[in-house]
Amino acid sequence: MAARHPMTEKTVRMMSASGILGYGFPESSLEAALARKPHMIGVDGGSSDPGPHYLGSGKTLNSRLAMKRDLSLLLRGAIRNGIPMMVGTCGGAGGEPHLQACADIIREVAREHGLDFKMALIHAEQDKGFLLEQLEAGKVRALGNAPPLRPQDIAGAERIVGMMGPEPYREALAAGAQVILGGRGTDPAPWVALAMHHGLPPAPAWYAGKMLECACNAAIPKKHDCLLVTVGEDFIEAEPLNPELRCTPMSVAVQALHENASPVIRYEPGGVVDSTKCRIEAVNDRVVRVSGMEWKPAAYSIKLEGARRVGFSAMAIAATRDPGLVGQIDSFLEFVRGSTATKVGALDIAPEDYQLVLRVYGRDGVMGAWEPSRESQPVELAIIAEVVATTQEIANAALSLARVTLLHSDFPGRMCREGNMAFPFSPSDIERGAIYEFMLQHVIETEDPLHMFPIEYEQVRGSA
Amino acid sequence: MTRLKDIAKACKSKNAGPFHITLDIMFDDPKLFDRVRATGVITPALIASLYRVPVESVLFTEYAPALAWKATLARRIASGAVGDTDVYGAQQHAPLLDIEVPL
Repeated sequence: MAARHPMTEKTVRMMSASGILGYGFPESSLEAALARKPHMIGVDGGSSDPGPHYLGSGKTLNSRLAMKRDLSLLLRGAIRNGIPMMVGTCGGAGGEPHLQACADIIREVAREHGLDFKMALIHAEQDKGFLLEQLEAGKVRALGNAPPLRPQDIAGAERIVGMMGPEPYREALAAGAQVILGGRGTDPAPWVALAMHHGLPPAPAWYAGKMLECACNAAIPKKHDCLLVTVGEDFIEAEPLNPELRCTPMSVAVQALHENASPVIRYEPGGVVDSTKCRIEAVNDRVVRVSGMEWKPAAYSIKLEGARRVGFSAMAIAATRDPGLVGQIDSFLEFVRGSTATKVGALDIAPEDYQLVLRVYGRDGVMGAWEPSRESQPVELAIIAEVVATTQEIANAALSLARVTLLHSDFPGRMCREGNMAFPFSPSDIERGAIYEFMLQHVIETEDPLHMFPIEYEQVRGSA
Repeated sequence: MTRLKDIAKACKSKNAGPFHITLDIMFDDPKLFDRVRATGVITPALIASLYRVPVESVLFTEYAPALAWKATLARRIASGAVGDTDVYGAQQHAPLLDIEVPL
């Protein structure tokens, strides 16, 4: 075991409440954190993991009730202790509606509890005109194998956000904001900013931020709970606040694998966090120290995230228990596709205005073309029939015809002519509304980490 | 023949951003990890063949501190786009389970 660091030099303690704002955390863990006199408490608010719907639609990932419960505890804890409270990637996607949804909750909690403080809102949604100028000026670069960005891609987007680094948070801290709500950012940003605000170097600050963004994902057993990280000049120490949880060298190393393309190299807005030479050691049976991390500065760039509307969707769930049909499902679905196309064409709907997607569960509904096993015959198959179309009306009409065709088409050896499919619901057809897709794998090269992220200050007077 | 599902602590998949899926094979016993490593079975070429993608498209890292291997692939379909089957990418690990390890 490593000797406990004497902590005589400058150290900063930071807390993360849970993996995402609104996932919840035990109140006792927050109290345990506050008893340790942390320099800030915070939580990451977002992720691209739940898909493009939230960025596209402007809706929040978690419910207002769940976000308010978490924010109310964190805000009151921060004000009572005179420390900053910071939330990254507000509302799940970090666009303007998501940021405003969280600001609205904060003002409401302040009124309910009579709290006064200076709040900063850091905006991350990008103006299309600005993006077009940057594209024109050759400042937009495609990542990996992504195609070059075209002006029509920007014009056709529903919403585009930039992923801020820690600099806007540092700016807001320097301006004396106590509550800082950020739009889309790189997940570690709030904690990196706090540690650097107190004069600590980028390498441990970034490593701490990466630990904290998923809170107790770095601890075992896995729970949504609060994590405390102490940052020094050249090390970090991670410790769960719930006594039932532990950080072990293994659990901390595993966090490095989480949602990263590489476990040792992580690309960030102004450089690379390189943990190739890290030492991960137990301080005791529930605290872990990591040292030897490096920060390698690189040209500054801001990653863009965008969603565009691809159409409107309707879907139906159907299933068959007929062994004859299960055994010839591929040829049957080919027939259904052709027959549906004929019937949809008769409604004067053009083939390019809709798309029928059939997912077959029990065969390859989960892995699609990656499914390696196709030999065994299951006793039943579920089919999710979906139509994506240029309008909801077309999606509904084409899905209705696909559903009837699934139900009432003949196939060789058919024994039950009453219907081929069991539908669990009436109505069987469900409107999904507008649907979106992620559309950007690009960065903007810039020398100014701040100008894409305007900061708005507000004196919240809940006591008035 | 021993299969990975019988000896590994975890075989898992997850999104790494909306356009990539990352696969992790993890052990909890350093000696066992070293023995599996010595067989030389877990390679970028194996991952490429299991998922039927070109080997040069697999970003592969051995990560001894976590007793783990990591491989990152481009998704067939971006997360949540039309035709996607796994928005979080959390159920693409099954082909790893049956990897045969000649211990």
